[in-house]
Amino acid sequence: MNKNIDLNNLQNEGVENVPMQERRDFLKMGLAITGIFAGGTLFSAISTFNSAHASDFAKKYPYKPHYSMVMQQHRCIDCERCMEACVATNHVPQVHGAYRTTILEKETPDAVGGKREFIPILCNQCNLPQCTRVCPTKATYKDKTTGIVLMDIKKCIGCLTCQEGCPYNARYFNEHKKAVDKCNFCWDTRLSKGEKDTACAHACPADVRVFGDLSNQEDRVFKIVHQIERPVWVLRPEAGTRPNVFYTKG
Amino acid sequence: MAHHHTTPSLNELVTGVANRLKTAGTGFYLMVFIAAAVVLASAGTGLMAMIKGHEAYYNVYREVPWGVLIATYVFFVVSSTGLCLISSIGHVFGVQDFMPIAKRSVFLSIATILSGFFVIAFEIKLPWRMAIWNVISPNLTSNIWWMGTLYGIYLAFMFAEYIFLLMNKHRPAVICGFSGSVAGIAAHSNLGAVFGLLMGRPYWQGPYMPIYFIASAMMTGCAVILMFHILGYKINKQEMAPDMQRALEVTTKIGILLICVILFFTTWKLIAGAAGQPNGAFPVVQSEVVGHHAFVFWFFEILLGMAGPLVLFILSKGRNLKLMLIASLSMVIGIFVMRFNLVYLGQSLPVYYDLGVNEFKEMLRYSPSVYEWIITAGGFGLTALLFLIGEKVFDGHKVEDH
Repeated sequence: MNKNIDLNNLQNEGVENVPMQERRDFLKMGLAITGIFAGGTLFSAISTFNSAHASDFAKKYPYKPHYSMVMQQHRCIDCERCMEACVATNHVPQVHGAYRTTILEKETPDAVGGKREFIPILCNQCNLPQCTRVCPTKATYKDKTTGIVLMDIKKCIGCLTCQEGCPYNARYFNEHKKAVDKCNFCWDTRLSKGEKDTACAHACPADVRVFGDLSNQEDRVFKIVHQIERPVWVLRPEAGTRPNVFYTKG
Repeated sequence: MAHHHTTPSLNELVTGVANRLKTAGTGFYLMVFIAAAVVLASAGTGLMAMIKGHEAYYNVYREVPWGVLIATYVFFVVSSTGLCLISSIGHVFGVQDFMPIAKRSVFLSIATILSGFFVIAFEIKLPWRMAIWNVISPNLTSNIWWMGTLYGIYLAFMFAEYIFLLMNKHRPAVICGFSGSVAGIAAHSNLGAVFGLLMGRPYWQGPYMPIYFIASAMMTGCAVILMFHILGYKINKQEMAPDMQRALEVTTKIGILLICVILFFTTWKLIAGAAGQPNGAFPVVQSEVVGHHAFVFWFFEILLGMAGPLVLFILSKGRNLKLMLIASLSMVIGIFVMRFNLVYLGQSLPVYYDLGVNEFKEMLRYSPSVYEWIITAGGFGLTALLFLIGEKVFDGHKVEDH
């Protein structure tokens, strides 16, 4: 059945004799195969090109309201009322590893003066979230109006790729909800009901967590983020997710 | 060469299978029994975890959400892709020497990917939702979506290919084999990209993973082809025909080449993670080479997975079947641990490590629970079970003259 091809005595026919149509077909096949290989990657690259390199505020903060939080880190005393308020408001189960927000502790033994500082963390509601890109079923997505990263729990298959993708350790699997759970700036429990801030910001007695709208130049978060007297930074900028939670101190 | 086989009737086929099963020895049935028992235990454990909640049974946790079950899934789909690619050299791309290994390899590529799916079904928390939402709410930027979808297509092609091979319909088998190879490479590189495109995980991040996964699949393919063919002939107590011996000889040679390729890849991966001490990757490479994970890396991944088999393959000259069997068994163990290392090490550095906070100063540890091990064993049990039954039902995957 097989044609036995004598490879040693094959003549080089040259490419100049290949008909144009055949070349086109070959190229088309190559492109199609490349497309399949690149998978979702090309799609995500295209969406990145559209949103990168915006400099003015309107483009930088495309949501209305563009919810954001600034942590005045130097004011945090680790009283954990924010964590308690979050648990109570959002029904976070009290098991190991389940939290939407927590407070990290950093010690600098050879510092002059104070040697301890506290760093509250939560979902950074990134402008270029990794979690939403990697989710196979769009169970996690960025809300088109507010920019909050939300969960559609019925779609979550529990693959936990979003947990791997998140550079902020902001996600955990909630066995009661049967879905990955995360901070959503209290969208379902407070903001959508007309409240103006999150439970954690509301509970903080030390004014650490300033919550507001970055698209409003009169808002307090906007003013803190855009002053130049005190340093303002984000966590893990190298992950390139353009977070909406900022930190400041001093 | 002309066809000189006649199509047997259904009755003759059934009688043939029944005779082969009847004449099989006690040892064969003991192995089938053990494999089936392991699969049942595994399925029972998996269902229990699924119903009562995985967190009570698995040792994975918030910071290390992927454990040995993900590694096992990766191992089986790597094996399947490798079986498909190496065997396609013969029956798809026409290299005569590789022809005899086609049937058994294609059958095993189906068996191994089914084993992968079996394990992942107990790893994913809510697999039934996947069946619905992957279809009606696809996220085209998600590599895991592409991986799953393309592996589904791959499985369909491999199934069709095997049926055409059984029917001796060469042309449709070649078309399905080629399509299966393309889908397999696409699916498998997307699996690499599931790890490689996570921006917050420097040990994985970059184009290395998809490329490494393909090369590594081909290396694994050589190991499992050698292992299963030599075992198959032992089970069927048959003399190996010269063309089959020749096929295993060339597979060994390609295996030697691919071990060298992966050793080369691994060397540069380590150097890249050490030179200039890059943030995020350096502490991981350090723990891998000289730290708490060093023994696992050097003994299993390097010695059992690659260096030992490399020496044995060279000594065997592709003809000493005993050495080749030992080498390929050693490789399978080493490669399994290699997958575990890849999955675990990428997560071992806490995402807040560089922040220097008390909570995340140390590397994260993970060791599988007994339940995770049982489910893992079930994957191997399923491959063993399908392999054993396949040998009898398909009569040692004999290749017809054509």
